[in-house]
Amino acid sequence: MIFAAILAGGIGSRMGGTDTPKQFLDLGDKPVIIHTIEKFVINSKFDKILVLSPKNFINHTNNLINEYFGEDTNIVVLEGGQTRNDTLVNAIDYISENFDIDDDSIIVTHDSVRPFVTHRIIEDNIKAAKEFGACDTVIPATDTIVESVDSKVITNIPIRDNFYQGQTPQSFKINKLSELINSLNERETNILTDACKIFVLKNEDVYLVDGEITNIKITYPYDLKLANTILKESDHD
Amino acid sequence: MINIVYRLKSPKFFEEAIDDIELDGVVVRPTYLSICQADQRYYQGSRPPEILSEKLPMALIHEAVGEVVSDSESVFSPGDNVVMIPNTPFGKDCYRANYSKLSKFRGSGFDGFTSDLVSLNHDRLVKLPDDFNLEVSSFIELISVAYQGIMKFMEFKKASCKVLGVWGDGNLGYITALLLKQICPDCEVAVFGKHLENLNLFSFADNVYMIHNVPKDLKIDHAFECVGSAASQSAIEQIISLINPQGTISLFGVSEYPIPINTRMLLEKGLTIQGNSRSEREDFEGVVNLLDENPQLFSYLSKLITNVCEIKSIDDLKTAFDKEYISNFGKTILKWEI
Repeated sequence: MIFAAILAGGIGSRMGGTDTPKQFLDLGDKPVIIHTIEKFVINSKFDKILVLSPKNFINHTNNLINEYFGEDTNIVVLEGGQTRNDTLVNAIDYISENFDIDDDSIIVTHDSVRPFVTHRIIEDNIKAAKEFGACDTVIPATDTIVESVDSKVITNIPIRDNFYQGQTPQSFKINKLSELINSLNERETNILTDACKIFVLKNEDVYLVDGEITNIKITYPYDLKLANTILKESDHD
Repeated sequence: MINIVYRLKSPKFFEEAIDDIELDGVVVRPTYLSICQADQRYYQGSRPPEILSEKLPMALIHEAVGEVVSDSESVFSPGDNVVMIPNTPFGKDCYRANYSKLSKFRGSGFDGFTSDLVSLNHDRLVKLPDDFNLEVSSFIELISVAYQGIMKFMEFKKASCKVLGVWGDGNLGYITALLLKQICPDCEVAVFGKHLENLNLFSFADNVYMIHNVPKDLKIDHAFECVGSAASQSAIEQIISLINPQGTISLFGVSEYPIPINTRMLLEKGLTIQGNSRSEREDFEGVVNLLDENPQLFSYLSKLITNVCEIKSIDDLKTAFDKEYISNFGKTILKWEI
């Protein structure tokens, strides 16, 4: 079986100037999260689309989904967790409790604030997760990466050709992901900022899927302004 | 829904752009596309400057097949292979839709198929049988142009018509000659060209002639001009001199320049000139049926494929256009993986 998990658990602490999480702000004439969900709704390969939302936005998310997709959908809204890892665990728990999955079942996890994800990227994730067990969507790093341990002087400038910027989706075989999460100790859990890192920590291969420079994450007010500008551009053509 | 479109911004310069597409209707993921000379003229900037500034930025490519992603009315199933029809009527009048002013053509009047997804009405798609070669199917649109011209010819073809002449040894000449041989098996198909290496590929034709070395007593009953550009002039001149009285000349070749025609001889022989451009749904259906019933055509048509380019980035798209430009024969196919 194939599942999508749209991770909308964040409360947008970096967005500034608004109390509304960034995924619920409008991009063009629709909330960001609706644009993102549309990319998964049209893909018939998904058995269920899980939307992980902050607790106090669950009703709002349900209302938006009813408004844009109707009541008869394969979308379910669940509560997100405190951290990205907790949110992922909630998604896996829901799947385990409600579906009879096997070792080949996969989950495609995606940031709700990346509405420009393409159909090709999602398809490539499904293929790579099925074949390799885990994959991450990346683009080659264009800026030079500079490392500084004390935030004052450079400690290292790694070779740029070996570096990529991580995007989403990140996709995994569910049973494998669950097994690895359960094997993490407290120290490992605390340093987790990224689901793929669970695999890397446990020496499991994570395959690279080509992302797109357009697959931007709306993190700051500037990003939303930029996203709205490029979307409006299409109306003027 | 948000969609990513890869548009030609100015000659030799593509850009990613964001577009909004409707979820009503059918959403298709392009899989194999094929470059046409019309696309190449935009890419090289050889259209007049005022046309370029009016039409660009625009996604190119009007020859493509794809896979159905979703259909709001469940006429098509996800995963169906379909050929996409670029001519798109925006109203109805008394003319055939491929000649109507109310129609727009993809990659000419609006965005072509170089995008992540394409949203189309149901009648702009024809389902392909599962065993179809998709690389060949990517240029069904081009085949359908030849097909519609031949179908028009069949409406007035006389029983006495024995020899059909095809001028042009490029892609369209090859396809037209091949289809004529299939559709009119009793007629003799003679091909006229100027590249011996191309003409040698027309092994299915009854005769091939170099245009500068045509037997003096040779006569044809009907002609199909697939030359285009300034060279159309000499092709039409030769056709008029070789064609029997009351024959028809079907014109297919596009030219940026006005082409002078020897009207005195045209009148004297009582000839008819028939223009052909683009195609409509029935032509696509006709081609799909013809290929389905005559699968041997695939092997002939696959001889036209000279390049198959995997497109994973805008740079790959540029490289494919550059490669196509230096190929003097054949089709460049884009395996769409961007």
